[in-house]
Amino acid sequence: MNLNPFRAKKYAISKIYRTRPQEIERPRDIPEGERPNVPQGIMTKCPQCGYMIYTKNLTKNNKQCQECGYYFKISAYDRVTMIIDDGTFEEYDKDLITEDPLGFPEYDSKLKRTQIKTGLADGIVTGKGKIHGIEVMLGVMEPAFFMGSMGTVIGEKLTRLFEQAIAERLPVIVFTASGGARMQEGIFSLMQMAKVSAAVAKHSEAGLLYITVLTDPTTGGVTASFAMLGDIILAEPGALIGFAGPRVIQQTIGQKLPEGFQRSEFLLEHGFVDRIVPREQLKQTLGTILKLHDNLGTEAKGLN
Amino acid sequence: MEITAWEKVKLARMSVRPTGLDYINQILDNFIEFHGDRYYGDDHAIVGGIASFGGVPVTVIAQQKGRNTKENIVRNFSMPHPEGYRKALRLMKQAEKFHRPIICFIDTPGAFCGIGAEERGQGEAIASNLAEMILLRTPILTVVISEGGSGGALALGVADRVYMLEHAIYAILSPEGFASILYKDASKAEQAAEDMKLTAQDLLNFGIIDGIVAEPQGGAHNDPQQVAENIKIILENDLKELLELPVDQLLRQRYQKFRKI
Ligand SMILES: [Zn+2]
Repeated sequence: MNLNPFRAKKYAISKIYRTRPQEIERPRDIPEGERPNVPQGIMTKCPQCGYMIYTKNLTKNNKQCQECGYYFKISAYDRVTMIIDDGTFEEYDKDLITEDPLGFPEYDSKLKRTQIKTGLADGIVTGKGKIHGIEVMLGVMEPAFFMGSMGTVIGEKLTRLFEQAIAERLPVIVFTASGGARMQEGIFSLMQMAKVSAAVAKHSEAGLLYITVLTDPTTGGVTASFAMLGDIILAEPGALIGFAGPRVIQQTIGQKLPEGFQRSEFLLEHGFVDRIVPREQLKQTLGTILKLHDNLGTEAKGLN
Repeated sequence: MEITAWEKVKLARMSVRPTGLDYINQILDNFIEFHGDRYYGDDHAIVGGIASFGGVPVTVIAQQKGRNTKENIVRNFSMPHPEGYRKALRLMKQAEKFHRPIICFIDTPGAFCGIGAEERGQGEAIASNLAEMILLRTPILTVVISEGGSGGALALGVADRVYMLEHAIYAILSPEGFASILYKDASKAEQAAEDMKLTAQDLLNFGIIDGIVAEPQGGAHNDPQQVAENIKIILENDLKELLELPVDQLLRQRYQKFRKI
């Protein structure tokens, strides 16, 4: 049989699509101070115990039910406010949006609706700020944006964040909240796992600190890449953390899953989380860890 | 005749298709299989070891499907557990130590979803491979021979060159899973296969893979030897090229390869 082994050999450069997301104008401007996802109305009902909470108190109380301790999902910007010293946050790549690399049916219109609903261009906020006066690069995933799924924008923004952190010799903290890879961007989403992990590896090779904080839920391709690559891995109590979702596992093995399976406490017990930190203690804990690593940037600089 | 994406999915899953071990035996000499991850156990869904590739010692790792139900039970339908990925990483680190290039054959529906897999850190195992492979100071060549399913495939896919067989697929999820999530209907898998753009031809157009290995009419099983020969020629060329590069340049190129996506 006479077959040409090189039906297509090497890089088909001319055929490579531009896949790097481009900056364009945001769909609309969010007025100063108006944050997405703040529960509407005076009262909010706790989904766990049914208690009616004053919405104002909920925000003050780190989005935690005062009755049963349930953690409400928290928007990316609220998280930034909770963690970063007032007035020190400088956001990066705020307007980066996806090019819809597959041209996936109805993705574009769904994106626009989600952008308007959340006030975000995509599912992550990144930037530089201070925690207890210590400079840090921060990434916070937005659970309300396509369920925190990772596509090209999240991959690109995180990669830039790590590269910038290497350039400035700064630690990185990433808050994960994700249902996994962004299905509508297909293979491009999968490849973001490799891309971000590569940037994490470079950052680590430079001797710099990376902390992940796993929040509810952290699953799929995010768990199988940068979520599990922290030098230090923290988790909020009771968060669902895993590779496969519980429903998929149940379907695969056809048996009931044990109580507490894939929750933060389960991961701690199995050795995949360093520490479970209640939401109200997160800033303090992160501040202390950062302080104990504060010599890294300057020391390594001195060696050069 | 044009083959649809769904037909390729079915082709890629055919039980008569040559497996990882078939290619190892055809392309490499003196293959010696090594077992175990040194932490927990030995995963039969991934085989690995050392061999000679045209006189060059290499480390080879392959996801291994079975030919029949009995074999597939042993191989867990080529769905690795964390210990499989950790075995692969252990062997890759060994390859780095002894300056051996690494050849990987991808063929998996995906990493296994189960209680034990979660208890032993499936996510952590895959993540570690992604982060470690990017820094390995030896050339890595990967061929997706049939099914490249999700993170479970990518965990052997962070390579200097990635090829796909002409009728192989490489995707974020199975078309069935994709359809049930996005179309709320698993029976729309055929439509999903089209929309997902998971064929070798799609991925080459996207610049995600480096080339396509030709298959005979009807698929690789019609002439496995010829396909093995095709793979061999491509890998030999690449290896020669990559072994001449200074390692730092090799690593820069590998980083850029994924950075640009
Ligand atoms: Zn409550």
